[in-house]
Amino acid sequence: MRRSAPALVAVAIAALFFALLPFGLSDYHRGLAASVAVYLIAILGLNVLTGYTGQISIGHSAFMAIGGYTTAIMSHYHNTNLILTLPLAFAITFGCGVLVGLPALRLSGVYLALATFALAVSIPQLPLKFSTFTGGSAGISASKSVSNTWLYGVSWSTAAIAFLFTWLVLRGRTGRAFRAIRDSEIAATSSGVTLAIYKTLAFGVSAALAGVAGSLFVLVTNGFAQPNEFSVTLSLKILVGAAVAGLGSLWGILFGAAFIALLPTLSASAPLIGSAHGQDVVFGLFVIVVMILLPTGVAGLVPRLRRIRVKA
Amino acid sequence: MVELARKHPLSARRLPASPVLLLLVAACIFLTVGSLRSTIFAQLTVAGVATGVVFGSLALALVLIYRATEVINFAQGEMAMAMVYVAYQLMLWGLTYWEAFFLTLAIAFVFGVVTQQIFIRPVQGRSVIAVVIVTVGLFILIDGLVEWKWSANQRFMQAPFGNKIYHLGSVPIARQDLGTIVITLVSVLALWAFFRFTKLGLGMRAGALRPAAARLVGVRTNALLAVGWGLAAVLGAVAGLMTEPAEYVLQPTLMQPVLLYAFAAAVLGGLESPGGALVGGIALGIFLNLIGQYVHFVGSVLQLPVAFAALLLVLLVKPTGLFGHRTVRKV
Repeated sequence: MRRSAPALVAVAIAALFFALLPFGLSDYHRGLAASVAVYLIAILGLNVLTGYTGQISIGHSAFMAIGGYTTAIMSHYHNTNLILTLPLAFAITFGCGVLVGLPALRLSGVYLALATFALAVSIPQLPLKFSTFTGGSAGISASKSVSNTWLYGVSWSTAAIAFLFTWLVLRGRTGRAFRAIRDSEIAATSSGVTLAIYKTLAFGVSAALAGVAGSLFVLVTNGFAQPNEFSVTLSLKILVGAAVAGLGSLWGILFGAAFIALLPTLSASAPLIGSAHGQDVVFGLFVIVVMILLPTGVAGLVPRLRRIRVKA
Repeated sequence: MVELARKHPLSARRLPASPVLLLLVAACIFLTVGSLRSTIFAQLTVAGVATGVVFGSLALALVLIYRATEVINFAQGEMAMAMVYVAYQLMLWGLTYWEAFFLTLAIAFVFGVVTQQIFIRPVQGRSVIAVVIVTVGLFILIDGLVEWKWSANQRFMQAPFGNKIYHLGSVPIARQDLGTIVITLVSVLALWAFFRFTKLGLGMRAGALRPAAARLVGVRTNALLAVGWGLAAVLGAVAGLMTEPAEYVLQPTLMQPVLLYAFAAAVLGGLESPGGALVGGIALGIFLNLIGQYVHFVGSVLQLPVAFAALLLVLLVKPTGLFGHRTVRKV
């Protein structure tokens, strides 16, 4: 218990910081900060699957789409309280994740990545096909709009809950099983880890977190669920965020989320570049440079620094 | 520690498993019979082959890099797209189509080599995920650069083959489809000959199969990796230049759908197998064309999901694609 004391202090400071932060931000920046929380939850989800269980997924935008559409549809047709749609999205995407996880048991490595990639490009086509119900390419909107302050509060509270949830899942027996699968499936099986159960569970938990992120994502984008918002680019963005954060660690996630949520906006306002296209150039370059300089992400920086300090 | 043991030595050339071969023969018979009975069916099949070879050649570019690096290059499509813009620019400067075509291929080679040296080499040998993320970064970067230089507006390019239509019996075949098939197959054949008959090609195959052993006998694997990226970029450029006339307009999103299908084609064929990529591409092209026409529920909107659902089915039966080998794992 004593070992985790500094971590607890860090968490407390972070919580206090994010509770006080909105008072120092303009309305616009509160919305932006809310989107950081949304990406944080999505990266958390991907990290459970890719970082801890070693299963690569490029399909998380699909789970986000399912969560997002759950929120929009429930609110649009049934006028459900927006906060209540979050656990609903969690449950539905958990089910979807398990369903995807079952066939994924047969695939590994690049083949799994491409199968999930298939999911990511297929799901956004479905609202186009069933457009009378889902609003087609124009999208479907939640029945009421919310203020940025509300968004900030809800998304960061959800992020905190999601973080706690993930930490609890990963700290005990389940997390150990996940990591064992990641390090060696054969060794894990020999030690009594049932691959089928834990892999599908990892898929379920991971998808459920992505689903919740998707719900909030819809609320952050003016309450509109649109197919092209959930394109495969979103998946790649989350993957980039997870890699920047550092796979297999929870501490870098905040940086990863801030990286993908804020960098495009920040670089657009930088001098010299200015235009919207320059923003892509800067973002792409940053992604590459960060991966070259920090192959294990921000989370890998801490042990590195510690090693340097020990040497000195 | 789990180590991947490659069980196929250089010399062993194995035929694909017989059920797969039977399936392919059955598909060929089905297509031939269908084409003989219906003109529209034949027309769709030929057009499908034309789109399919383009998927196939981009898929082959992916396979080339995958075999050498064990990484999927997400930027492959965008690199191809950038090369189409280069060709466009060359033509604006007054070159004819074919001068621009061949000059672009040369530029593509250099572009591929330089990209590998600058961006991929520093992360090469680290985790696979790091390399993948770098290619994602390249995707975004190239997209941004092209939009910066040429803007996202639609451009129009000179068409290489014109609108002429040939008739084979009662079946109309567009010269453009025919040209696409010929050009793509020629470039694929040239590549195959390079790998099969040149010393450089032999070195590259060795480097891909057993990097350490190849290095020990004096193959400069690092330099050859760069050459591999160059060749992949050339193949991609061919795919891009053949996609453009089929799409009629040039815009930065040109290759994104093609890349999706190329992924699917490469996986369908088995990522280790160049021939598989081409077969996978052609199969996918024909399948998409036929299903879009004959299954009304699918139409144009559901083509993508249906194609990928079919791909998933194949993967569930054969988790390493049609022509992929099972790697034996040693604990």
